[in-house]
Amino acid sequence: MSGAEVRWEHFRHGADIGVRGLGRTREQAFEQAALALAAVVAEPARIREAESVELSCAAPDAELLLVDFLNALIYQMATRRLLFGRVEVHMQQTADALRLEARAWGEAVDVARHEPAVEVKGATLTALAVAPDAGGGWLAQCVVDV
Amino acid sequence: MDLTRFERISATEWRLPPQGAMRVPAVLYASEPLVREMDDKVAEQMANVASLPGIVRASYAMPDAHWGYGFPIGGVAAFDPDRGGVVSAGGVGFDISCGVRMLHTGLPRAAVEAVQARLADALFRAVPAGVGSTGALRLGGKEMDAMLVEGARWAVRRGHGEESDLDRIEERGTMAGARPDCVSEQAKTRQRDQVGTLGSGNHYLEVQVVAEIHDEDRARAYGLAQDRVVVSIHCGSRGLGHQIGTDFLRRMTLEARQHGLAPADRELACAPIRSELGQEYLGAMRAAMNCALANRQVLTALVRGVFAVVLPAARLPLLYDVSHNTCKEEWHLVDGARRRLFVHRKGATRAFGPGHPDVPDVYRAAGQPVIIGGSMGTSSYVLAGLETGEARSFGSACHGAGRSMSRNEATRRFDGRRVVNELAARGILIRSPSLRGVAEEAPEAAPP
Repeated sequence: MSGAEVRWEHFRHGADIGVRGLGRTREQAFEQAALALAAVVAEPARIREAESVELSCAAPDAELLLVDFLNALIYQMATRRLLFGRVEVHMQQTADALRLEARAWGEAVDVARHEPAVEVKGATLTALAVAPDAGGGWLAQCVVDV
Repeated sequence: MDLTRFERISATEWRLPPQGAMRVPAVLYASEPLVREMDDKVAEQMANVASLPGIVRASYAMPDAHWGYGFPIGGVAAFDPDRGGVVSAGGVGFDISCGVRMLHTGLPRAAVEAVQARLADALFRAVPAGVGSTGALRLGGKEMDAMLVEGARWAVRRGHGEESDLDRIEERGTMAGARPDCVSEQAKTRQRDQVGTLGSGNHYLEVQVVAEIHDEDRARAYGLAQDRVVVSIHCGSRGLGHQIGTDFLRRMTLEARQHGLAPADRELACAPIRSELGQEYLGAMRAAMNCALANRQVLTALVRGVFAVVLPAARLPLLYDVSHNTCKEEWHLVDGARRRLFVHRKGATRAFGPGHPDVPDVYRAAGQPVIIGGSMGTSSYVLAGLETGEARSFGSACHGAGRSMSRNEATRRFDGRRVVNELAARGILIRSPSLRGVAEEAPEAAPP
């Protein structure tokens, strides 16, 4: 476990872009995938933690939960013009679903300072995976449509 | 792409015979160099689409096909509701009814070049573009629903354009069968201040000049003349369409088994056309189509407002408005019989030939104008639908510039400022709120 990476990256997909989070735990992989999503729009390092939002999602499996979680962030980005620089995720398996509670910190978009490149339309089921990775940690990824 | 699995029918037609779960063949239209550059995923996705219930004749891909989600982008597939046919949210995409419209200015190139920078600045000020931008309209409640039911007609009724515009829009500006009650509150919330916004990514407003004419008669029919300036607008249904795509992709995935559908790939999520979910999606998708038509109509009014100040001699009548992410109910001739089909065009443009009843009277003899967008540094094209397209692709054509490079690679390789300067040296002025956005859409990254 100790050798597992905690980071995010993008991967290539035709006209769109793949977001991938790696972490020691599944929650961390989700957090990193959220940062990869945020980085499609603007550099996370440029985002101040001026406000936060709480999110909650539930899905029958971890993969659909990742899509729901990223789409919940995309909805906040679209309706509140928010960009995110930090995300905290907690998950819980209940009898009927896998549940997620998250808090995301960020600020409203400032075009001059953030230079946002592109808005994200939605998270897709393409290249969707939530699974243990080779390094002993977790991977969470999918393609997002831009 | 590996061509060994394909039969070569002609220099530009490739056929993948049915195999495995495929119910029909897959047919790809492109020259050999274009096919070789394509990702193998295109063939895989074409084959997956060919395996869906109720598919008719073939799963098609256009010359600009690339790896999509579920369906390839550049894919065309028709389904028969009487034979268990399905409708797929992924087969339409997130940017429902994304499309292009072209306006005539009637002005010669020199007249526009004389005020080029002033015009570019004025358009940039007047037309909201980029991440986080909002339009002047605030829609909610009944007014939102009216927009979703009436499309461009709603916009014209509200003063954003002229009645004559409607004659030059697919479906005469209003997609019938829209059901705002099937559109989620989240989707409506995403749209409340986005009517009249261009969006980001590869969406654009361009002032263009007619550089070459390949068919004098059709150019005349379309009102195009050498050296005349036109304006193109490329955008779609904004946040509303994105959220509808998100909502129904999820529902179709969760309910697939309930409908007896177990597609090869989860991303091929679909629902029978004759199911409640299928009908709800069609109602919501048509509402998003109207949203896109209304959006391009409001943007048109903004452009006309700018020209009225900067170049008041121009009138800016509409040439035509096409959509390239749709599922439309259409009649087609299949094996000698007329059948009512649901035609998905994902990154493909409808291209009906001369005489087709859905082509406006003014273009009926010439065939439907098919507007194909290019990148910032390359040409756009106005094609004409042919009668032969009906048998070859249910009357469909390509849709425009794809990508040859990932966004990250483009950002690493190109500096936005340098792209702007290099294009300026070629006489192409760029106005964008984001230099990173310019780098990601650099001409070399998004060739035609």
